[in-house]
Amino acid sequence: MTEHLRVEGVTRVYPPVERHAAVHALGPIDLALKQGEFFSVVGPSGCGKSTLLDVVAGLAKPTAGTIHFEGKPVAGEVPDGVGVVFQEDASFPWLTVYDNAAFALRRAGVADAEVRERVASTLAFTGLASFAQAYPAQLSGGMRQRLCIARTLVMRPRMLLLDEPFGALDQQTRLLMGDELLKLWRETGATILLITHSLDEAALLSDRIGVMSARPGVFIDLVETGWARERDSRIVSQAAFGEVTGRLWSALRDQSIKALAMAS
Amino acid sequence: MTRAGLIRLALILGALALLEWACRYGFVSREAVIPPTVMLQGAGRALASEETRGEILWTLQNVALSLVLSLIVGSAAGLLLHKATRLRRALDPLLASYYAVPTFVFYPLFIVLFGLNRWPLIAIGFLFAVVAVIINTLDGLARIPRAFVRTAAVMRLTPAQYAVHIILPAAAPWLFTGAKFAVAYSFIGVIAGEFVVSGAGMGHAIAFAYNSFDNRMMYGLIVLLFAIVGSINMLFWSFERRLYARAGR
Repeated sequence: MTEHLRVEGVTRVYPPVERHAAVHALGPIDLALKQGEFFSVVGPSGCGKSTLLDVVAGLAKPTAGTIHFEGKPVAGEVPDGVGVVFQEDASFPWLTVYDNAAFALRRAGVADAEVRERVASTLAFTGLASFAQAYPAQLSGGMRQRLCIARTLVMRPRMLLLDEPFGALDQQTRLLMGDELLKLWRETGATILLITHSLDEAALLSDRIGVMSARPGVFIDLVETGWARERDSRIVSQAAFGEVTGRLWSALRDQSIKALAMAS
Repeated sequence: MTRAGLIRLALILGALALLEWACRYGFVSREAVIPPTVMLQGAGRALASEETRGEILWTLQNVALSLVLSLIVGSAAGLLLHKATRLRRALDPLLASYYAVPTFVFYPLFIVLFGLNRWPLIAIGFLFAVVAVIINTLDGLARIPRAFVRTAAVMRLTPAQYAVHIILPAAAPWLFTGAKFAVAYSFIGVIAGEFVVSGAGMGHAIAFAYNSFDNRMMYGLIVLLFAIVGSINMLFWSFERRLYARAGR
């Protein structure tokens, strides 16, 4: 597999604001993702996981270091071919499910016929076809998150950045959404970078997991799960699943205690 | 008509019937309040008079001008203050206490500045309405979810696309509230100005009828004023409801 994303020596320091001192939030971070890899990042609260995603997405500039996506530098704007799904519900309440999914395509000037075809297939893929004319307020939380994923997928991203996309869902729904995510990952062949605070979610979904330290976040362990590409949530009953989550928690426990102490 | 609409109509008709009865049977002095049916006759008389129709038109023009100006200036100022956070922080206490200032005291100054014409009244209506528009614009912009702003960046929207397709619909509830306040405040400012000092307009006509003990004309004009302001607000309300019903707000 070819290299898709390279992060080298990336740090992010928030400058001082009025009476608050500068905050070294992240790094230095080095990371290389292969084409079609599913990589997750876990770490204690406030360790800079979301900052890492923002920097990789081009939503924030690194204080130092470089990021290359498909060999081109990421410089202050979201690169073509990258889709981002946030933890918060970002569906537009004034648009129907169909119009939400078609939003970015229309703004990009894609022809109507192609918009119809791409939206119809994406809504079918995400199980929202029968809700095309519904408004987000008429959907459950899980369906709204699927809508946000559909809105991203319709642009056919080659790399998908997910910032705790299932954070607001209950455990059962998260497992099922995880299955759907694995299905779309296999079918689209996209590279996925998932930020999550759930060790189970990371262990279930990922090929590799990066464990971050308390702030400033750096990788303290990289865990290879060794799962086959064809997998689903039933692996949670396997002994190897427990071994992966156990290793993650061993690496994280001291860092989480440190993060709690920093927060109090 | 919905059940809520029927209850509303029944309440209004019931209150009017009670007032009619109280006036007719002497529970309320007819020198102070006349029966609603007589008020309606007064409204008909006012509408039949070319001179009074001219006063109404004059007032509506003044209100429309102060409303349009307050919407344009208020939205632009709101946008500017939203961007200039330091300036906003400096002005916040002033905006919050603005309505404690009796803007009518500036009327003599406006006469000196603009002359004895419609513009002092428009200025009063504008001053009354503009801050409500600024405050609601600021509120609307501040409440746009951060996820929408980030989504716009991910979709690489141009500033114009961002303004039209994200800011406007996301802030619409607050912009509407600002517009509704602006309608009410423009009417209050203009009518009150006409009532106290102007030589023309509905406010002046009401004051003239009051001083001439012409209760029928005075109440007729008040009924017309209620009908006009009520109709405009109902228009806004029904448009807003239709808009939000779609979005399930």
